Amino acid sequence: MKIGLFGFLFVMWALIIAGGGILVTILGPFSISGYGDLDLLLTSILKAIIAIILVVIWVLVLSKLKNWIFKKEIKS
Amino acid sequence: MTELIIPAIISCIIAFFTVYFITPPLIKFLQKRNLAVKDMNKKDHVMVVRPGGPSIIAGIIASEIVLYYFFQLNEILAIMITSFIAFVIGYVDDRKVMSGWFKPVALVIAATPIILLGTYDSNLSFPLFGTVQIPALYLGLIIFMIPITGNTINSIDVLNGVASGFMMIASFSLSIALFILQNYEMAIISLPLGFVSLAFYKYHKIPSKIFPGDSGALTLGAMYGAIAIVGHVEIIAAVALLPAIINSFLFLSSMKRIVEHRQIKGKPVEHTEDFRLKATSDKTAPITLVRLILAVGPLSEKQVGYAIFKLAIFSGILAIITAFMMRIQI
Repeated sequence: MKIGLFGFLFVMWALIIAGGGILVTILGPFSISGYGDLDLLLTSILKAIIAIILVVIWVLVLSKLKNWIFKKEIKS
Repeated sequence: MTELIIPAIISCIIAFFTVYFITPPLIKFLQKRNLAVKDMNKKDHVMVVRPGGPSIIAGIIASEIVLYYFFQLNEILAIMITSFIAFVIGYVDDRKVMSGWFKPVALVIAATPIILLGTYDSNLSFPLFGTVQIPALYLGLIIFMIPITGNTINSIDVLNGVASGFMMIASFSLSIALFILQNYEMAIISLPLGFVSLAFYKYHKIPSKIFPGDSGALTLGAMYGAIAIVGHVEIIAAVALLPAIINSFLFLSSMKRIVEHRQIKGKPVEHTEDFRLKATSDKTAPITLVRLILAVGPLSEKQVGYAIFKLAIFSGILAIITAFMMRIQI
């Protein structure tokens, strides 16, 4: 098994911590105003869209990383 | 503190011994009714009975009822009902083969008690950075979390003892994390999951006498997800579950769709002459955690199981580190 899967786990963990940082520092204080009763709904929708984009980026990074780590491991 | 220790000890004993004593008669009952499947990783024609879900749910319900008697918390009710609904969904799938979409969609129903009983907090806590309030998004997270944890544990149930052994390591890591976060009541409520898994592992370990089936795996996974939400430890729970998440991630990214394993034509793993497991080069087969473990060469079923447990222990340690990091803010 070597370190491939352990390395992949560690990178996943680091990406979760980093993603959390982005979510809290950027998304946390973010709010939309000027639309009256719709402010909360619009803020929630936008936060949801940004969070989904972050998850998609997370999956893409992991996908690339998976290919890189395991191709390297199989070759060795 | 004494008022917490007694319920903790009683519920853990009940969780362990309910499964320990109910499983042997359940095995005999299933043998009589010929509810057995072939163990594909054995050289000889070995039939193993399934499902072990009834003994798992009995252990969970019995121990959580005891905890409810002591604490009277809605959180306990939410965990019990969620686990029971997941058990029923799994049992239906055990008895009648359903489509690949059935379990993920049906498990959304299992998440509803958590919402209806209001046993969640829409603040999502992250290590080092603090919390973020996402009320609308959090409801979506609850709805997705139970199907994800349920199916993730179900998808790792591929070798003797792996699902129960993995859940034992992940749930004890989660309980330790809850103790570190000083959420003592939730830590005690989470302990029966580890003890139920431990008792079931005795019969599920290689060579298996019983398989958990969908009812057992979904019950364990759904209870784990419910504890994560109700205990506000979603991130820590995800970290402890990482090897199983990798398995689902690899499977989905290679198959590009949700599909029941019975419907897959390509085999990710085959057997050598001495019946060790070996990764195939079949491009139509899904990439799985077991296939990656075997990428370096053939291994016995026991060796692959231990490799998965090593990964589970590694993520458990990362989860405990994450719990310590929760107490630090940049």
